[in-house]
Amino acid sequence: MTILENRATTKVVVPAPAQVTMAGALTAALRDSMADDPRVVVFGEDVGPLGGVFRVTDGLSKEFGESRIWDSPLAESGIVGTAIGMAMYGLRPVVEMQFDAFSYPAFEQITSHLAKMHNRSRGLVTLPIVIRIPYAGGIGGVEHHSDSSEAYWTHTPGLTVVTPSNPADAYSMLREAIASDDPVIFLEPKSRYWSKDAIELPVTTPPMTKGLVLREGTDVTLLAYGPTVKTALQAADLATAEGLSIEVIDLRSLSPFDDETVGESVRKTSRAAIIHEASQFGGYGAEVAARVTERQFFHLAAPILRITGFDIPFPSPKLEEYHLPTAERVLAALDTWEW
Amino acid sequence: MLASGFPLLHDYRMSASAAAREEPVRPTALPISLIDSKGTAVTGKRNAGFARPSDDVLLDLYRRMVVARRFDVQVSALTRQGRLATYPSALGQEACEISAVASLQVQDWIFPTYRDTIAVLSRGVSPAETLALFRGDWHLGFDPGRYRIAPQATPLATQALHAVGLATAAKLKGDDTVALTFLGDGSTSEGDAHEAFNFAAVWQAPVVFLVQNNQYAISVPVAKQTHARTFADKAIGYGMPGYFVDGNDAAAMFAVISSSVERARAGGGPTLIEGLTYRVEAHTNSDDPTRYRNKSEEAKWRALDPLLRLEKYLTAAGILTPAIASDISDEAEALATATREAMSETPAVDPLELFDHVYVNERPALLEQRAFLERELAATEAGSRS
Ligand SMILES: Cc1ncc(C[n+]2csc(CCOP(=O)(O)OP(=O)(O)O)c2C)c(N)n1
Ligand SMILES: [Mg+2]
Repeated sequence: MTILENRATTKVVVPAPAQVTMAGALTAALRDSMADDPRVVVFGEDVGPLGGVFRVTDGLSKEFGESRIWDSPLAESGIVGTAIGMAMYGLRPVVEMQFDAFSYPAFEQITSHLAKMHNRSRGLVTLPIVIRIPYAGGIGGVEHHSDSSEAYWTHTPGLTVVTPSNPADAYSMLREAIASDDPVIFLEPKSRYWSKDAIELPVTTPPMTKGLVLREGTDVTLLAYGPTVKTALQAADLATAEGLSIEVIDLRSLSPFDDETVGESVRKTSRAAIIHEASQFGGYGAEVAARVTERQFFHLAAPILRITGFDIPFPSPKLEEYHLPTAERVLAALDTWEW
Repeated sequence: MLASGFPLLHDYRMSASAAAREEPVRPTALPISLIDSKGTAVTGKRNAGFARPSDDVLLDLYRRMVVARRFDVQVSALTRQGRLATYPSALGQEACEISAVASLQVQDWIFPTYRDTIAVLSRGVSPAETLALFRGDWHLGFDPGRYRIAPQATPLATQALHAVGLATAAKLKGDDTVALTFLGDGSTSEGDAHEAFNFAAVWQAPVVFLVQNNQYAISVPVAKQTHARTFADKAIGYGMPGYFVDGNDAAAMFAVISSSVERARAGGGPTLIEGLTYRVEAHTNSDDPTRYRNKSEEAKWRALDPLLRLEKYLTAAGILTPAIASDISDEAEALATATREAMSETPAVDPLELFDHVYVNERPALLEQRAFLERELAATEAGSRS
């Protein structure tokens, strides 16, 4: 498509439509949203001339200027708090938390204000804010650079929490998140930033609140999101060799949860498992397991399994491979079921 | 639409004019004062160059302060009677609260805390709308956009950042809107207060920070919050002007706040103002101040009452005549009556509304929970009928 090619003035290097990285797709989504809607502003730490530490805002500062995208002081609560005030005045801020664990200083603004404002004002105040958070491990990040904090956000009523697993979704879901009148926590799996797909931009994928069956199967429903979708697809490949047919669903939206798509699949396969990098206890998988069990109990042939990180702080780079769920670990887990 | 090419940053460090940049004025060691506690006009250095507001302004401030006091006393009484869940009184802080509201234009925004109900009232919100929060009908009873008043914030200092954001958005759009945020002395210790001061100064946001130093954060005295000489002194480190003001002197509060508001409007950036005052009542109705302060301290501050001194000044100047005083008293009583009436009505709460505003976009799971509660309510009603 032409939208990107027409912007000859920018030096943003977005690969030719044939090969787009997730980071490039996110950049394109930000650019197109900013071009379409002058109320969209972007700010955060190093998002200006540097283009962000992951280069997701690359070139936007030059293209749109400092009234649309700028480096804020280094303070996450301040970033989210001022975004709230801006949204109250009619802007649509998209802010970046530099890394997952560095969103914690903004916890109070997110949970006490961002998530609650529409409710407390009986719908009179909307806060169309997107908080982009690079999250999860697999990139050899040192301490505090690999957290999966999704359960903090999904536990908070008022937030919409989504996470793409591929470049096309990254583009489409970010555009949808920016257009949404509800605040959205947009979790970007860092390990997938440089993954490429041959796609044409702009691209519109199904609504961000819907889960997608990425691969059909008959024996097991394997639920994954963000960084673990790739793991799930690998597991499905390996399983084929063993004669096991795995259906892989990319949840895409963690809150709301797509009961319909998941329920339909589980009724077909009668077995389900969920993979995530975050630790297990009180994690997102616990909610999914409980929820699907409550709704599909009579269709289930076995308990729902969780293949997750251990209940430990995220390990150092040399040890993260032992923590992160792998396709082999998924298959070993499925083997524990009585078939 | 955004003003194009708008320089958001006040990049003095790298600009040629860095050396020429004006140093912010250092706050005075003693509070700025225009009318002293005896009701006498202050002349000389304690003015810090601020002129006394006109008699019209002072009379308007007095009238609004009397009305606010009557309202506050009434609401405290209703709270003791169990009509409200809680009420944090601002009795004794009227000079700060009312001067702030009176200094603003219609397009300006205020960001109040739980303490600042009389400011919300004085900006035109009705008693029923103002008190919905403390009666417990809902978390907010008025339309923020209509009055340009943010919901009263309880998480301390968080609202200061919202004020900075809103003011910055207004600046980006090229509007002449100013935001004023209230803060307590204790709240200045919160990280969000620091972040708000810093963001406002860096972005040169049209914001006024009004720290009401009522000397306590529930039970904790100011000495345990800061080692700074005054809260106003903190402004200097952020590169903005700070003013230390007698917070029980409405003339001084109005003069300083309104000049700061207008400077912000003209592009002069933020200001930090400390009003030195006293929380005469308990923190809320469930607090017991006898555990942490003594009667003689309370008596000393009652003598410094902000209404008394303005009344003395205006009476001596022949501005506050018995006829006007009686009009004001009638207005205050009428509001007290209206407040009692509003609070004696049973609030119209609808349990099913609990699900209606959590999201803009419809959520199937919430609709299910709404339907569950609806069935439960219907069953309870059927049960009580049979
Ligand atoms: C973040 C946060 N921590 C604690 C509290 C509980 N709390 C409510 S009011 C208060 C004291 C605040 O004192 P100050 O800022 O001086 O304001 P004042 O009540 O005196 O107006 C505290 C500790 C809160 N509301 N928010
Ligand atoms: Mg206080």
